[in-house]
Amino acid sequence: MYSRKNALHYHAMVLPGILLLLLFSVVPIGFAVIAFQNFKPGRGITGSEWVGLENFHYLFQLPDSRLIFFNTIFLAVLKIAANLIVPLVFALLLNEVRVRFLRKSIQTIVYLPHFISWVLLATIFFDVFSLEGIVNQALGLFGIDPVLFYASNRWFPAIIVATDVWKEFGFNAIVYLAALTGINPALYEAAGIDGASRFRQLWHVTLPGVKTTVILLATLALGNVMNANFDQIFNMYNPLVYQSSDIIDTYVYRVGLNDLQYSLGTAVGLLKSVVSFILVVLSYVLASRFAGYRIF
Amino acid sequence: MVGQNSVRNRIIDGSILAVLFLITIACLIPLLHTVAVSFSDKTAADAGRVFLTPIKATTASYAKVLDDGQFFQAFLISVQRVLLGGLLNFVLTVMMAFALSKDAKQFPMRNVYMWFLVFTMLFSGGIVPWFMTIKYYGLLDSIWALVLPHAVQVFNVILLMNFFRNLPKELNEAAEMDGAGPWYVMVRLYIPLSLPSIATVTLFSIVFHWNSFFDGLVLMSKQDHYPLQTYIQTLVTQISAQAMTSMSPEELAAAMAVSNRTFNAAKIIVSMIPILLIYPFIQRFFIHGITLGSVKE
Repeated sequence: MYSRKNALHYHAMVLPGILLLLLFSVVPIGFAVIAFQNFKPGRGITGSEWVGLENFHYLFQLPDSRLIFFNTIFLAVLKIAANLIVPLVFALLLNEVRVRFLRKSIQTIVYLPHFISWVLLATIFFDVFSLEGIVNQALGLFGIDPVLFYASNRWFPAIIVATDVWKEFGFNAIVYLAALTGINPALYEAAGIDGASRFRQLWHVTLPGVKTTVILLATLALGNVMNANFDQIFNMYNPLVYQSSDIIDTYVYRVGLNDLQYSLGTAVGLLKSVVSFILVVLSYVLASRFAGYRIF
Repeated sequence: MVGQNSVRNRIIDGSILAVLFLITIACLIPLLHTVAVSFSDKTAADAGRVFLTPIKATTASYAKVLDDGQFFQAFLISVQRVLLGGLLNFVLTVMMAFALSKDAKQFPMRNVYMWFLVFTMLFSGGIVPWFMTIKYYGLLDSIWALVLPHAVQVFNVILLMNFFRNLPKELNEAAEMDGAGPWYVMVRLYIPLSLPSIATVTLFSIVFHWNSFFDGLVLMSKQDHYPLQTYIQTLVTQISAQAMTSMSPEELAAAMAVSNRTFNAAKIIVSMIPILLIYPFIQRFFIHGITLGSVKE
């Protein structure tokens, strides 16, 4: 039932939003041409010199760039793996709890950190992992010398991954829990009558029931390989651990906005955007082909 | 056999509960610790003697927070931002989700708009061009710089749109038969029928606006214009980067220890209050809202 008059109204409903997206998402993509310039703020885009791919050549020669690309992918991949597995284990455990009240209470508590900002959490963790912090005190009970977590390139990446999992596992478990409630109870009954132990039920009924979800999430995670979470790292890192945790986004911020090397910062950012975009599109294509996933 | 099985089952259930209990505690400890520090005596906290219960309980830190004009100012800016941003998000999300929930037959341009939305969600020019754009518009140091760039939350639009599409089509058709226009259908039918989902996306946008710090840091040049999270962020990084690189690890640790533990803890707790206040509502709605919206058969 098509009505031209209705369609006009629909256009009117989307237009304000589209306009704002044009102004604040598309126009910046236009400004990204300065990646191909030697941009000087005083001269503007029209007055600055065009240098072709020079910024990109330069960035490939920088020793920093290899490090930040490595750190980004390393931290992101670790987080992806941990954020797939830990929530799954948690959801499987919670699924075994039959008392509704307990389930609800546990869920209520573990979702909470997801809604607290990294600014606040970073401040809290800074205290928790400090020399007199509770972690070092706990280690002290076992006779282990205090560790300067925030100054150690060995420990810091582990802390980044662990705190990220701490914040997000409850929230990430929601999707798994939804998949688990979707499993037909008759399957468990049948397995029970056949004498299958709980472990065998887990193996033969529960895990196959969440398999598709796990595969889907893993595929979609491919799009996040370049994304190590700026908000977290920016709030937690310091110069002593740049070597192990400086990522593309934090580097772009420092070079582009702090040191005012606009063109270089834009070039690094643009490179990341393009690679991420390709990865996300690829992950969507794979997910729609193998799991019938559609975004809209 | 049956008896043996049930004993075994109980042991398994017991151990599962124990593990879950530990996990839950692990989620709470850092937060409870911060609460304890915020209510503790300053010297005890600085010596690291506080764990989960305040030592020499005092509300001195909170009194100090209430006296801190900058904190208050930043808090107000954040409230302003949440109100403006939340309202704008709500209006735009509902309108866009409603129009885009129509299929291509009713709304021929629908798929073009959809691809455009997804594109803007997935591709960005990076933060330097983003900063230049907002500077070019002359929005630096204005509250609108914190609100307008995030006016459309594409993810929320898609979430709500998927929900709208699951509502029975006959509803819409019947209403149009009776002569109702699209705006009437949206306001009188779709909104009342999707309150849980709308609440979910609105709460998401409120949390987003309350928690954002980066745009405040980059787009506001004066401290008086910082929203709360940005203000807190700058407190923590008071030790400048240059100073840090020149310090030895021990010196750095000493410099960090001087920071005002109890005062900062109180600031953190106060900044968390709005989130804790709306959290029960998020809890009630969001699982429902998310699972219905994200996976389509």
